[in-house]
Amino acid sequence: MLTIWIDISYLVAAVLFVSGIKGMTRPKTAVKGNMQSAFGMLIAVMVTLFDTNILSFEIIIAGMLIGSVIGLVLAQKMPMTSMPQMVALLNGFGGGASLAIALTSYLDIMGTQVDMNPMLVVSQVAIVLTLLIGGVTLSGSGIALAKLQEWLPGKPLGFAGMKYFNLLLVIVALGMGYSLFNADTNLLFVATLVTLVLILGVTLVLPIGGADMPVVIALLNSYSGIAAAAAGFIMGNTVLIVSGALVGASGIILTQIMCVAMNRSLVNVLFGTMAPASTEVIDSDEVYAGKVKTSCPEEVAMILDSANRVVIVPGFGLAMAQAQHAVRELADALIAQNIEVEYAIHPVAGRMPGHMNVLLAEAEVDYELMKTMDEANQSFEQTDVVIVIGANDVTNPMAREDKGSPIYGMPILNVDKAKTVIVVKRSLSPGFAGLPNPLFANENTLMLFGDGKKAIQELTGSVKEAA
Amino acid sequence: MEQFVLLISLFVLAVYLGIELITKVPPTLHTPLMSGCNAISGITVVGALLASGAQSSPLASILGFIALVLATINVVGGFWVTHRMLSMFKKRG
Repeated sequence: MLTIWIDISYLVAAVLFVSGIKGMTRPKTAVKGNMQSAFGMLIAVMVTLFDTNILSFEIIIAGMLIGSVIGLVLAQKMPMTSMPQMVALLNGFGGGASLAIALTSYLDIMGTQVDMNPMLVVSQVAIVLTLLIGGVTLSGSGIALAKLQEWLPGKPLGFAGMKYFNLLLVIVALGMGYSLFNADTNLLFVATLVTLVLILGVTLVLPIGGADMPVVIALLNSYSGIAAAAAGFIMGNTVLIVSGALVGASGIILTQIMCVAMNRSLVNVLFGTMAPASTEVIDSDEVYAGKVKTSCPEEVAMILDSANRVVIVPGFGLAMAQAQHAVRELADALIAQNIEVEYAIHPVAGRMPGHMNVLLAEAEVDYELMKTMDEANQSFEQTDVVIVIGANDVTNPMAREDKGSPIYGMPILNVDKAKTVIVVKRSLSPGFAGLPNPLFANENTLMLFGDGKKAIQELTGSVKEAA
Repeated sequence: MEQFVLLISLFVLAVYLGIELITKVPPTLHTPLMSGCNAISGITVVGALLASGAQSSPLASILGFIALVLATINVVGGFWVTHRMLSMFKKRG
């Protein structure tokens, strides 16, 4: 009877997760949605404690206390610019937890001898899968974290034939997994398998470049979900399967969105093959020579003074210069003069999906002013001034026009359709793609050279003076 | 075998439901969505509870304990950081 109640409570928890994610479909309901999910988790945990197999509560209390303290401190201290690192860390812990569960379950059934009960076979397959996915997620996330935090260089690392080495590792790991349940396996065998799986996670992520990390984080997010679902199959636990599946699906979709936004296929990202290296080097002098117009804050303030509609295009350079607040103050000054202001946010503006939106929200920007790429692209023609800050490749018209360009086909913000474009930038240096940007040499573009934050503050000063 | 079919059906339906739901989340909320999903995948805490409370061999207990700590970090850290982010999304003016 008790198990029925436990199962029903798990169902309630799963429903709360679903309705919690549904709450995330609108900023207004998102806080409540997150709380619903958290409440579902509380129910699942409380109910599990009623399980009759649980004997030692001291250990459980100690473990949950330690975990809660670490979790709270991390969540509270992590700056918003480091959210990709936080998510990578959490992905890794999730994978690690699944790996540890798979090992515990393995140790538990290793003693009992094999009768060919079909559910036992399912458990065994699930143990191997959980071990594999959990282990790869753990060490892969570690490498992703190190790259994001710049403990490791962002450039792809590896050796020729790494692909085949990885394939070999997968085959060996699966083979070892198959023989894991033979009577004569020992702990050394298991430890070797775990080591192999951890190495695989490292060699899978090392060859992926820093610019592609958003895709990798989304993918590892998905893996951590799938590992949880696989752990659910070990124990025949429904709530693990449902929640793991939800998270797995979410990660896959975000991975796909990021791939589209970066104009890369997932296979390309994973195996580090950049679009065919530009055979003809495009000479930036030829693009820029004599055509780049430089401006000053006073002149820009005059242009802004006669504008009705201004769109701000932020890039990660903005976050690196810690200029989010300065930009919001500029926007406030413009709004005070009855100018319509919006923010156009490219999907890869930050370092993970939606990162730029969080950074702007932190600087107290109204979320209703944050427009997606598609929304923004419909309105640039009716826009008087676009201010591009710390963004480069995502505004490069070559992606639209130059078929030979390596970024051809990448969806961009068509800022060049606006009447005037102001680009705030330190110099004419290229972005991640290493290409010159013809936007800077356009007839209607003005360059405002300088450090992002300082340049914006000067501009805000001039706007207020002109008013 | 029926149980396995039941579980796999559950899994497939949940994936489908997940895809339907997640495609409706606006890009503005993608980062909190990911950290929120992180917290939900901390559901492994349930498995960890069962594993760490079961008093089997010492090695299994240690592993269960590690699983419990990691999963709890995931749950508590994930939900709290998501809450921190979401409460910054406000409508102004």
